[in-house]
Amino acid sequence: MIYEVFRQEKKGAAFAHAGSVSAPNMTFAEAFAHEQYGRRQESEALWVVPREAIREVHDFPDELHRTYHRVDGYSLKEKLRLARERAGTAADR
Amino acid sequence: MNAQELLQIADDELILGWRDSEWTGIAPSLEEDVAFSSIAQNEIGHARALYELVSRELGTDADSLAFDRHPSEYMCAALVEQRRMDWAHAIARHFLYETADEIRLAALKQSDDGAVAGLAAKMDREEVYHRLHARMWNDRLQAEPRYEDALVELWPYALGVLAPNQRTALAKRVGREEVDAIERNGHSDELLELREEMTMVRRSVPGATW
Repeated sequence: MIYEVFRQEKKGAAFAHAGSVSAPNMTFAEAFAHEQYGRRQESEALWVVPREAIREVHDFPDELHRTYHRVDGYSLKEKLRLARERAGTAADR
Repeated sequence: MNAQELLQIADDELILGWRDSEWTGIAPSLEEDVAFSSIAQNEIGHARALYELVSRELGTDADSLAFDRHPSEYMCAALVEQRRMDWAHAIARHFLYETADEIRLAALKQSDDGAVAGLAAKMDREEVYHRLHARMWNDRLQAEPRYEDALVELWPYALGVLAPNQRTALAKRVGREEVDAIERNGHSDELLELREEMTMVRRSVPGATW
């Protein structure tokens, strides 16, 4: 069985994928993860998850190019500049 | 706590760490290889800390205690000396030793000597994971006749790790009848061979500063 291991570097930080361990069951997986990803004091905490428990979601079609769905698809900077000009606050600030 | 008692524990940890490290690169799986090697390294780290503590009292240093003593001066238990390149034996020894060590550390943590009690507490925090590892393997191999044979064979040796007044507790904890212990007196040829190899580099240039 493959278990995926996520590592938290310090308290409060987000967990990031660290790698995986191969183990016969969860008890072994936890012990192996503890040694592989914690023995150098590099981790605050670990998440150990059976690979089957992870659902991968992919394929995000964008056939109609609806760029406004994307953060970079709708530029506010230019619009803001024009609006400020109109309001006379474009300013030298 | 006298120096001799601490040296027994230090020698146990050093020699067992050395024996367990013989599995580096050849353990049954890569993950186990890393885990068992890491445990072996911890044991040697514990030996180092204990040697340092004793060396202050004896006016020497940790390296001299670990490597420069005459083979007959090592005080390790017969359990840790054995070279057993068989996984059932390695795990049986690991399980019996860690269980015994827990009892021994619990007593050390109560020591009147603050330095000893403090170090025992530190060691115990790492040993928690050694015990976890030993128990999960013990559970997994329990039904295997080969593993049970190894436990039976090593049991009198395991009792010899502890002082006589601690042995009943060990028997109770592992669920075995107390038998005559194999005491710490004299050493096997296997320890002499180990010591030869362990001190080879250090002896190659006597007195050098590494």
